[in-house]
Amino acid sequence: MEIDYSVEKPVIEKSPTVISINDAIMRPTAIKADKFFYISLSVALLALTVGAVSLFYTFWYGIGMWGNNRPVGWAFGIVNFVFWVGIGHAGTLISAILFLLRQKWRTGIARFAEGMTIFAVMTAGIFPLIHVGRPWLAGYLFPYPNQHNLWVNFTSPLLWDVFAVSTYFTVSLIFWYIGLIPDLAVLRDKTINKIKKVIYAIFSLGWRHSNRHWNHYEMVYLVLAGFATPLVLSVHTIVSFDFAVSILPGWHTTIFPPYFVAGAVFSGFAMVQNVLIFIRKVFHYEHIITIDTLEKMNKIMILTGSMVGYAYGMEFFIAWYSGSPIETFTFINRAFGDYAWAYWIMISCNVVFPQLFWIKKFRRTIPIMFVIGVFVNVGMWFERFVIVVTSLSRDFLPSSWHYYKPTLTDMGLLIGSFGLFFTLTILFTKSLPVVSIAEVKAVVKGSQPSHNGGH
Amino acid sequence: MEEKIIYGVTALFDSPNNLVKAVKSVNEAGYRKYDVHTSYPIHGMPKAMKLKPSKLAYFALAFGLTGTTLAFLFITWTMSIDYKLVIGGKPFFALPAFIPVIFEVTVLLASIGTVLTMLFYFFKFPNNKHPLHDTEYMQKVSGDGFGICIEAKDNNFDEEKIKSFLSNIGGLNVTSIFYDSVELNHKNKVFEPKFIGFLILVFILISGATYFSLNKLIYMPPFTWMHDQNRLDAQESSVMFGDGFGMRPPVDGTVARNQMPYPYSGHPELALNLVNPSAPTKENYELGKKKFDIYCSPCHGYFGKGDGRLNNQFITPPSLQSEKIRNWKDGQIFHVITEGQNSMPSYAKQILPEERWAIVDYVRVIQRAMNAKEEDIK
Repeated sequence: MEIDYSVEKPVIEKSPTVISINDAIMRPTAIKADKFFYISLSVALLALTVGAVSLFYTFWYGIGMWGNNRPVGWAFGIVNFVFWVGIGHAGTLISAILFLLRQKWRTGIARFAEGMTIFAVMTAGIFPLIHVGRPWLAGYLFPYPNQHNLWVNFTSPLLWDVFAVSTYFTVSLIFWYIGLIPDLAVLRDKTINKIKKVIYAIFSLGWRHSNRHWNHYEMVYLVLAGFATPLVLSVHTIVSFDFAVSILPGWHTTIFPPYFVAGAVFSGFAMVQNVLIFIRKVFHYEHIITIDTLEKMNKIMILTGSMVGYAYGMEFFIAWYSGSPIETFTFINRAFGDYAWAYWIMISCNVVFPQLFWIKKFRRTIPIMFVIGVFVNVGMWFERFVIVVTSLSRDFLPSSWHYYKPTLTDMGLLIGSFGLFFTLTILFTKSLPVVSIAEVKAVVKGSQPSHNGGH
Repeated sequence: MEEKIIYGVTALFDSPNNLVKAVKSVNEAGYRKYDVHTSYPIHGMPKAMKLKPSKLAYFALAFGLTGTTLAFLFITWTMSIDYKLVIGGKPFFALPAFIPVIFEVTVLLASIGTVLTMLFYFFKFPNNKHPLHDTEYMQKVSGDGFGICIEAKDNNFDEEKIKSFLSNIGGLNVTSIFYDSVELNHKNKVFEPKFIGFLILVFILISGATYFSLNKLIYMPPFTWMHDQNRLDAQESSVMFGDGFGMRPPVDGTVARNQMPYPYSGHPELALNLVNPSAPTKENYELGKKKFDIYCSPCHGYFGKGDGRLNNQFITPPSLQSEKIRNWKDGQIFHVITEGQNSMPSYAKQILPEERWAIVDYVRVIQRAMNAKEEDIK
């Protein structure tokens, strides 16, 4: 096959006009919701209700309603936390790292991925909060002057986590909002609904598309991308420190930070890819979120999936190479012990299935990539389960060994977390432009001065 | 009709190429107070407009360094100076362990600071009253319009001349933009009933919510702050045990720590030969004084003269300074403290055996002090 590499392939297909981009992206916010929207929203709300009931049980009777008990003190709560924080990482990767790398194909998916980051971090944040048992006392996590003259422990990974996740949420929110301001101004000028116009006017702050402003705006966007890049790497690094800084066999390894970051991007891309497949279909964005874009996401999934697979292998190698019998036992127990079923789900979903993306046809066929994306998310959830539960259930003292089983409340909270995430995502698709209008317009054919004409 | 105040003259252009050309012409014609409006950033526009690179990156650097410094100083002060605690064997100044939080605070402060500076200092937002808003020009720019606006602030501003100039360089829909006189003359009144009502509402909501959450909510389950617990307090009954008592006696044949039973109960003659095990140290005498002052002095008085604070209200005890007691052996005094005598109860439950011996020593001290011999004075 002949490919002409001297011409850049347009990221937006079918050469739409600038104004048609406006209309296509604004359409979902302007028209009445259809049946599909209400059906999907009610499914998400149902899941959210299950979560709310479980949360009520947890608060009313205490976290004794959960399956965790000695020695497995961290179970679903932490598994879900790590899983959802990881989902968020894809958004920042797309919006910040790919921005710094000048990857234009990110324009169509960046806004949506950033939105998913925010919702995923919100969902994640709930779990450590309820895991402390009395979330209304969470103010103690922040260093404020108090009567006891006590300060928080700045040398603890758990406190690093508090700072990392709250900073990550704040910066993601700012980044997202800054990107939204020009689009909100477009909505303000184009909407015919008076109430909506007031709301858009308030949140667009009076943006008037001035090029003197764009000059500063682009600099700030670059600076924020520059900050968000090390930030996103730091967040999952610090989450991995929660484990790696402890001395439990199976947790106490230096490979954790890069391995967690790769895993986070891996699962995040799978989730973004899964949801975008619906978005492009429902809103007819096939020309904006192209098959090429999805294919590039799938390529990133092969890369990160292989990194995760390498980390699994390296953990085993180091367990043997270290000569530590306890370390060796832990890893053999992972693969062949009580939780072998979880381990092999993880291996097959994370290492085996994503390798199918080496075949071009699979990378570009929507049903196949959707199924593989779902597998990746299942696998990544089980990865956190394997790490947290197998290590804890076989600690140093054989008399305290215990087989952890989740309770109904645990399951309800897991379902509820998906409910919360998808409720927010679905509401987002109807209330704000899910694709960045300004960024997509800027890469449409004919939107920029040509080198012969303009200069 | 009052005269309208002009803001500027706008023109639209049909393509990015024409826009860039027009901007260059505007610049060459000597106009400085003008702006270009496009709904997305146009490549090369800052160069065509001769804009300097944004200085916001320096603000980001300044905010970031502020965050680093503040976080470093604060963490060092709390962990290494104000309240030192040994945690996990780390040194008080554990710099590597401080780095994650310092990094996060740096990023947080830099991001928030830069964005707020841009929005509120550089752009002077929120500004929904700008005359360009709600004009056809802005409508067009929000879509696919490429617009230039030359403002009345410019030194060379002349409405008619600029209109023809913009038409000549290819401008379409050349229009003058005026300030909205209603918005210009509108003044927010502080004592507007709506505003006052809003303030009252906010006040009631915030104070009510604060009162409710601090005084009511935290005493409701499940927010009871560990006040209600499924535990037995002393002297409470319990249905768990056959005898209905919540408190349990010790298991038969067991002895609690420091509760060795006194072997000479009822046999003072056997206690006579007990040997005082305590050493004549300062700490021991101080312990004896402390315990004597607490347990013995209320009746016996601070110097054992039998003139305690309970004198005449209660039974009057014998003096410890008497010839008889001074000649007692240490073991006898110990036995009386342990077992009690006449009206004096046993102090075995309150005072540990070694403390009793310390009291015996202290009694010897005050006896000697009140009956000093010649040679003691030297």
